Amino acid sequence: MSVAQSPPPRLQMRGITKRYPGVVANNHIDLDVKAGEIHALLGENGAGKTTLMNVLFGLARPDEGEILLDGQPVQIADPADAIARGIGMVHQHFMLIPVLTVAENILLGAETMANPIFLDRREARRRITELGKRFGFEIDPDARVGSLSVGWQQRVEILKALYRQARILVLDEPTAVLTPQETVEIFAVLRRLAAEGQSIIFISHKLYEVLEIADRITVIRRGEVVGTRQPSQTNEDELAELMVGREVQLAVERGTSHPAEPVLTIENLKVRSDRGQEAVRDVSFSVRAGEILGIAGVAGNGQDELIEAITGLRRSAGGTVSLTGQDITSWSVRERREHGLGYVPGDRQKYGLVLGFPISDNLVLTQYYNRPFARGIQREDAAIEKWARDRIEQFDIRTPSWAASAGNLSGGNQQKVIVAREFSRDLKALVLDQPTRGLDVGSIEFIHKQAIRKRDDGTGILLVSAELDEILELSDRIAVMYRGEIVALVDGRPTANKEEIGLLMATGGRAPAEQPPNGGTSGQTETATDMPVKGAKS
Amino acid sequence: MISRPRSYVGLLVVPALSILLALLVASVIIIASSLIGPEKKINLLLPLVAYRSLLAGSFGNFKGIANTIVAATPLMLTGLAVGVGLKAGLFNIGATGQVLMGGFAASLTGVLLTGASPWIAIPAALLVGMLAGALAGFIPGFLKAFTGAHEVVTTIMLNALVQLLVSGLVNDVFRAPGFSFARTAPVGNAELTGVAGTNLHFGVIFALVCIPISYWLLWRTTVGFEIRAVGANPTAALYAGMKPRRTMMLTMSICGAFAGLAGAIEVLRLGYYPAVFGTSIGFDGITVALLGQSHPFGIMLSALLLGAMRAGAPLMQIQARVPVEIIDVIQGIILIFLAAEIVVRKIFRLRTPQEGTGELQTITRTYGEKVVG
Repeated sequence: MSVAQSPPPRLQMRGITKRYPGVVANNHIDLDVKAGEIHALLGENGAGKTTLMNVLFGLARPDEGEILLDGQPVQIADPADAIARGIGMVHQHFMLIPVLTVAENILLGAETMANPIFLDRREARRRITELGKRFGFEIDPDARVGSLSVGWQQRVEILKALYRQARILVLDEPTAVLTPQETVEIFAVLRRLAAEGQSIIFISHKLYEVLEIADRITVIRRGEVVGTRQPSQTNEDELAELMVGREVQLAVERGTSHPAEPVLTIENLKVRSDRGQEAVRDVSFSVRAGEILGIAGVAGNGQDELIEAITGLRRSAGGTVSLTGQDITSWSVRERREHGLGYVPGDRQKYGLVLGFPISDNLVLTQYYNRPFARGIQREDAAIEKWARDRIEQFDIRTPSWAASAGNLSGGNQQKVIVAREFSRDLKALVLDQPTRGLDVGSIEFIHKQAIRKRDDGTGILLVSAELDEILELSDRIAVMYRGEIVALVDGRPTANKEEIGLLMATGGRAPAEQPPNGGTSGQTETATDMPVKGAKS
Repeated sequence: MISRPRSYVGLLVVPALSILLALLVASVIIIASSLIGPEKKINLLLPLVAYRSLLAGSFGNFKGIANTIVAATPLMLTGLAVGVGLKAGLFNIGATGQVLMGGFAASLTGVLLTGASPWIAIPAALLVGMLAGALAGFIPGFLKAFTGAHEVVTTIMLNALVQLLVSGLVNDVFRAPGFSFARTAPVGNAELTGVAGTNLHFGVIFALVCIPISYWLLWRTTVGFEIRAVGANPTAALYAGMKPRRTMMLTMSICGAFAGLAGAIEVLRLGYYPAVFGTSIGFDGITVALLGQSHPFGIMLSALLLGAMRAGAPLMQIQARVPVEIIDVIQGIILIFLAAEIVVRKIFRLRTPQEGTGELQTITRTYGEKVVG
């Protein structure tokens, strides 16, 4: 970059302060982004990244501070104003209409008109194709968005911003829904965009990613900038410490496992999805006592159905599930639980908690009918309260009271409530579904440590996660699930190879699948496009 | 951000303000009604006169108070019939049908036990009424659990069904001879007669006992825990090993039993079952439950309030010449303000609670949703 006679940065945010009742979400935040720069914004959930971007996008008005574009102070009134000034936002959850074409989605809200009544579709298509060519990801404007893979849908979102002549692109956790391969591809796209002079703000809480993609990294903690680093001068440990404010053990000591007899055995299991399709096809494996078996796979490849069949929430269409040698295939959820099966659900707000209930009730949600929590049908409030106090202390749940509603807790503390409930029993087998999704580094560390401890107590753990890194970090063995089948079962680290597993997740180990809908001028292979887009449900 | 659990004061604010607003709006209507009164001119003081006589009629003397309690008795029960259902995420609009079932069954029991002593006849008739109401509640509960049919639709249809079925039976099979209109034979010793020169009767005790029992059931038992968990988050209840379908059927049966008891009390008070048993207590239960925030003690208070208005209305009509129908108007406006809670919060600049699904959300939320389990 030629920064001899440096022009003013494309974007400067100076002393941005935003207060909400009781909190200072942003406290004198300074951020500057140069033309052609990829600037990562790193911080835990609730650190103030979103508030800062809302200020930039005109969704929130700062109490103090100013925003300068190319050195000129500006007032951003609302999102329309932000777009007009060349700021584009790509949300984590795509704002696309699946039944419309790429061109129609892009035009929505920024219609190119031939005359006051009709759209100029030809001109729109021409511009979309041209933009794609220029930035290296040509796409068929007439493809239906619903038929595109998640990775390509994201590119449509980026095109949407570019079509509106964005010069500053904000990407909110863009890799959360992508496979490792898709992540590599989107990084290539971002680098190309930067090379063409785009400024990119890349929001993430994944350390290795920002180190890989960013030119500079600004770390935010509790609404304040705690440091700006260049990737070459820092490392994951330092960034984590900046982010959390204390030293963090990023990779938990997994130690050696001592697997014993199988506790959870799945044989020829077949499960149908809600739509009646075979989501789990003839799957067999077993989890041994004292080991963690990780199931890697892109979301929507049958993991949900598999877990539901194991935990009893869904009937299987064939095959058996056994727990310590007993066939539990037709048992109820409660019978399975009483026999020593624990379950941390992937969607903690939908399945794991009753948000309106106090923490204490949530901590006994699965055992409320047992002594000492009940005597006959009468609840024993004193016992429930004591249990809650103990769990809160032991699992470090941050709350002023056991009587506070679960809905008032942060995501990390909500998950701790579930973990406290499920881990505080004698278990034979434990199913962990996305146990750390959306959590901050500190909570992830805590939950990983608890899982290892439970393993060392002799529980067989089945871990399902869309985060390959989490699978690699915790698992003693790794199964890769692709389109309802286990396509590979390999040993965990140190022998496991991330790239290899990533490829298996994306292709199932078969020959590269079909090309992207435009014929693939980007030269990259793309995974099958009919994969259910299920991604993030949190 | 962490807040304390919703306090009782917080629960009372919106209902209290809704009542206040409803009285204000009704004042305007009362003032307008003075135009069609005997003097044919605007009387700005008329609302005060009307409300004063309403108060005098309902709480002015012992007899008034007794009338208030008697009018509130069935409302408490139908209030519970709706309120307990809301706790389980079920909107029971079928209280009307359950009331008729309960009343009809109780009247037949009374006829059957004509010779028995009141100590046997009354409890037996009330119990049979409750069971009949529970059956009428069980049907929509069963349909919801096993076919997914929404209880709002099925209970409305059942209301019409029960009404026509029962009046058909009274007109034909069970018609007592010797009366100028279709009715059943007298219930005999099962009749709930007033005591101590007032309208107070033994049924009041049964209704009052139901209030603490439902509180105990909902908050002190594992069954109530299941009801509330299924209502607040059915998928989490399922995950936790509860049986939402069973809980739904059980809850609807309990609701029906409360409504059935209300109907039994009303019919036994009357002494027979008329072919057309016109009563609004079923639908009034919805107002009572929402005004009482589905809390048993709240339901008791709001039933007393509505009962007082019913009991005081005749005196208001005599003294202020404001028609008794204004009570229905006030009740309707209260319901509107409760339903439009957000409007009330805007008017009084109250902060909206962050979490928790209120009773009204339950009503709309479950519509068209697949039943879990």
